[in-house]
Amino acid sequence: MRERPPIADWATDFDHTDPLWTENPFPIWDGLRQKCPVAHSERYLGVYLPTTYEAVRAIAYDTEHFSSRRVMVRNARPEPPISSPPITSDPPHHRPAKLLLLPYFTLAAVKKLESKTRDVCNELIERFIGDKHCDAAAQYSRHIPVRVIALMLGIPEKDSDYFIKWIHEILELGITDNTVLMKAIYEMSEYFSGQIELRRKKPTDDLITSLMQARHDGKPLSAEHVVGTLRLLLIAGIDTTWSAIGASLWHLAKTPSDRKRLVAEPALIPTAIEELLRAYAPVTMAREVMKETFVCGFAVKPGNMVLLSFPAANRDPAMFPEADKVVIDRENNRHAAFGLGIHRCVGSNLARMELTVAIEEWLNCIPEFRLDPSSPVTWSEGTVRGPRQLPILFG
Amino acid sequence: MPPATKLRIRVDQKKCQGHNRCHQIAPSLFELDEFGNAHEIGDGRVPAAMEEKAWLAKANCPELAVDVIED
Repeated sequence: MRERPPIADWATDFDHTDPLWTENPFPIWDGLRQKCPVAHSERYLGVYLPTTYEAVRAIAYDTEHFSSRRVMVRNARPEPPISSPPITSDPPHHRPAKLLLLPYFTLAAVKKLESKTRDVCNELIERFIGDKHCDAAAQYSRHIPVRVIALMLGIPEKDSDYFIKWIHEILELGITDNTVLMKAIYEMSEYFSGQIELRRKKPTDDLITSLMQARHDGKPLSAEHVVGTLRLLLIAGIDTTWSAIGASLWHLAKTPSDRKRLVAEPALIPTAIEELLRAYAPVTMAREVMKETFVCGFAVKPGNMVLLSFPAANRDPAMFPEADKVVIDRENNRHAAFGLGIHRCVGSNLARMELTVAIEEWLNCIPEFRLDPSSPVTWSEGTVRGPRQLPILFG
Repeated sequence: MPPATKLRIRVDQKKCQGHNRCHQIAPSLFELDEFGNAHEIGDGRVPAAMEEKAWLAKANCPELAVDVIED
């Protein structure tokens, strides 16, 4: 691992992989929001960090000056960038690529996966409920999204250890190690090329076959487009929701009043889920500055990336009263956990369903639980934030 | 006929990105199309009992796409 020089000043030298940021980024963002709402760091070849809702929103809507062609802030910027449409697409290519996917992720489509998701949750809980303790990240939250997305894509659940390994290599190790990232992308692409080959011989009833049969302007998608989109669905469909489920359970484990209230008032769960998404939004996106412009009065220059921190926007007190508190029955909640503008998370209905079902089934089976003080909670590094070790006691 | 109010809702199709927050809050006021974008049901007239939900749908739309119009 590369030695990271210590942070001189968060306002001019921030680092989204610093251990302090990984452990608890909220005070860092709160400090920056007051001092310099669009901070800049020379690290990662130059990167801006907006921390106000207003600045994050302005950048998310401005596809003229800010490109999505790179969606991670890393040590390297390979040319051409790795393409995973539609998340890495800009107008005018973005819309057709996204329209192809949207019908598979509507509320109605996702509803069909709900009962299977409940089964997965109960099957997982059954394995550890007799032990009176568990690691709720490793034994519960991590397995739910991977099994649901495997079902949608039509790939074997037993391959999920590969998926989790690739995602760790891409989203965490890949920030500083380009070789590891490129190898994981290659392995993932080979895996999906193999799946496509199988379906050429025998089409199946799943999203991979649907993408292979999709037409844009009467023509099939290129093999590169299909594989890129499949990489996106697998990467974005797993780590993110796993993180949201884990962070929500972490909050409920350390906040008995909220936990008891949700057990007593299950009708409050949808409102509570939106608040947990606001407060612990797992996903920070990125943009590349293409043309010089101003964001909330701050000049931003080409050659730099932007860490588009929806989690920081969600903690802006100018937008949310008591922004640093989880208000479990918050009714006015215009949070940006799933992004803003054309790149709104295509899987937001799926994520919301998985998160809701995971919390409901957990509270049904394990209404009383707390953090295990004998073992630490650890958090993922980088731009998808959630607990990776979450020791819980119950019973 | 349930008593109508002076409120009407409208979803701006140029702004809607399909977050579905409005439908989640007030499924009797907003319907979703095959791409998940929201539309007001019928002429968007809000029954008296749904007034509060109409305002909540507006307050929770991340894209500011929901309008509540007072006739």
